Amino acid sequence: MNEVVVDRILCDGSGLCAEVFPEMIQLDDWGYPIIDARPVPEHLAAHARRAVAVCPVLALKLRAVAGAPRR
Amino acid sequence: MSAPALLDGPALDAPEGHDAHVARLGPAPRGSAALIDVLERSGLRGRGGAAFPVATKWRAVAQRSRRDAVVLVNGAEGEPLSAKDRLLMETRPHLVLDGAALAAQAVGARQVVVYVGEEHRRALAVMQHALSERDQRERRGTRVLASPARYVAGEESAAVRFVNDGVALPTTTPPRPFERGVGGRPTLVQNVETLAHVALIGRYGDAARETALLTLSGAVRHRGVVEVAGGSSIGEALARAGGAVDGGGALLLGGYFGGWVDLDQVVHMPVDAAWLRTQGMALGCGVVGVLPAQRCGVAETARIIGYLAEQSARQCGPCVFGLRAIAEAVQRIATGAATDGDLARVQRWSQQLAGRGACRHPDGAAGLLQSALRVFAEDFAAHQARRPCVATGERRVAA
Amino acid sequence: MNNTLLWYTARAAGIVSLVFLSAVVVLGLLARMRVEGRRWPRFLTATVHRDLALLSLVFLSLHIVTAVVDPFTSLGLNAAVVPFGSYYRTFWLGLGTLAVELMLAVVVTSLARRWIGQRAWRAVHWLAYAVWPMAVLHGIGTGTDAFTLWSLAITVACVAAVAVALMWRIDFGRRDPLAQEKRAALAAATRGAAR
Repeated sequence: MNEVVVDRILCDGSGLCAEVFPEMIQLDDWGYPIIDARPVPEHLAAHARRAVAVCPVLALKLRAVAGAPRR
Repeated sequence: MSAPALLDGPALDAPEGHDAHVARLGPAPRGSAALIDVLERSGLRGRGGAAFPVATKWRAVAQRSRRDAVVLVNGAEGEPLSAKDRLLMETRPHLVLDGAALAAQAVGARQVVVYVGEEHRRALAVMQHALSERDQRERRGTRVLASPARYVAGEESAAVRFVNDGVALPTTTPPRPFERGVGGRPTLVQNVETLAHVALIGRYGDAARETALLTLSGAVRHRGVVEVAGGSSIGEALARAGGAVDGGGALLLGGYFGGWVDLDQVVHMPVDAAWLRTQGMALGCGVVGVLPAQRCGVAETARIIGYLAEQSARQCGPCVFGLRAIAEAVQRIATGAATDGDLARVQRWSQQLAGRGACRHPDGAAGLLQSALRVFAEDFAAHQARRPCVATGERRVAA
Repeated sequence: MNNTLLWYTARAAGIVSLVFLSAVVVLGLLARMRVEGRRWPRFLTATVHRDLALLSLVFLSLHIVTAVVDPFTSLGLNAAVVPFGSYYRTFWLGLGTLAVELMLAVVVTSLARRWIGQRAWRAVHWLAYAVWPMAVLHGIGTGTDAFTLWSLAITVACVAAVAVALMWRIDFGRRDPLAQEKRAALAAATRGAAR
């Protein structure tokens, strides 16, 4: 199982991730992602991969779940 | 004769020179991997604020070291209310340097970097001079660097980045310094006070005394640094500072990265970072600040959050914009100029803050804010409704 | 095969490639500017940028193959593979060859970006700013009908579009709040910064 993690320094609030994966990524009042910390369920895995691929600055990654989740 | 405490020895108005240090405590022992076992038994935790078990950290670095690790002595002390690290560097520099040398030997490091906040000019000078009194090998492998006077400059990854390329801003982790730090090598970042404790544990082993340095500030008779025995209560620490002076019942525990607590609730609690954490509190860097009775907790919180917002590394959107918006809203609330929904917005935004930056700065600010909303709930409600301040009776409070 | 057909195909495919490539550069510049409309979600900019880049490779291949195969031009495979390796309009043709090879690097690293890491990907992607002008110059320098009205018009339109997008992007970077904050904080946290 994977979780979605974002490099907070690379992230510049483009917001494409939330558009393609609204099930687990929302935007805050300033356009920065709030990511559901739970592991990505199988039926949403394709959307998670799409979110990772669409980020213009490659800030998003899928990481195998280990230890405490981060938003 | 029992083992000495950190601040034992000559008066604390001048640095203890190398000769006096060796005459009092004996020559520095040699560090080795076995020291890590002793540290583990002692239960020593880092004194920089995170209270991470020291032995675990050393093992992690030692495992990855190929005799090329680096020890970074963290004397940035960016927390404005804290003075303990400064005091140690200014008066017991050789304890700190002994600890650093022991660490280097135990984890297989050949380089030591002493990282001191540039605003602590006296500490910088004393550490430089103390280094010149050490043996040649230590002198060659150690350098003293001054960091910019910014709050985040003391963060682990920021310290490493400063040493590497002159910029004291946090980096994305992983990798953490113990994996890849100064020059890409495993780096042990350890607080000044922690290393001073190591220097004593290295000499006295299991017989070393467990103590903690606290900085007492605010409405206490004698502000400053006190050393308390492990297991002392917060009330006992306050008594050492002459007791609270018309304190308002609220305590800032752990500094700006800690939180507000009710004095009555904590007066019997032990000065123990791990234990306090189970109660949802933080000992942090050992700041104990008593809020004076006539001071408004909301105004004080507004000032602190404003400071934290201004001191952000400004690399991550949620911290730059979220924390700033929170600071502005709390400021409006504090000065009796709250707009509708400000308090609700502050609560919502502060819940969104934690874990959404590259470092723990927004988490610290969120923690402080949430503790304030709890402890000063009545005051916040009064201010939001533009009723007179509970503490001062005024309608508009300058923050 | 009809020689004229080959020649026209090569020429047309080249022009289509240039138009597509210009659109790709424009979309790439807009990718981080949060551009959106009622029926254009933000992710469409990034997705079309990518898809159009891959599509332009198809037309580029057609352009290269027909140009090489055409007996009239007598361009050997050499010209298509070795930059500046042809006898015909060596410099201008060579620019095209070089541009294609750099573009392949950009495309391959983009497809593989999950494995090569952000910094490597970004470094190679900047080559795109070299690829596009080379393509434009190649078109102007090698086309026998480069200076017909319609051909000039297309070229000017492509250059104008990219220039406008570039200026817009630079201005955005200057005005963007997060970028401004990062610059200010970097200055304050750097060794030797004024107090």
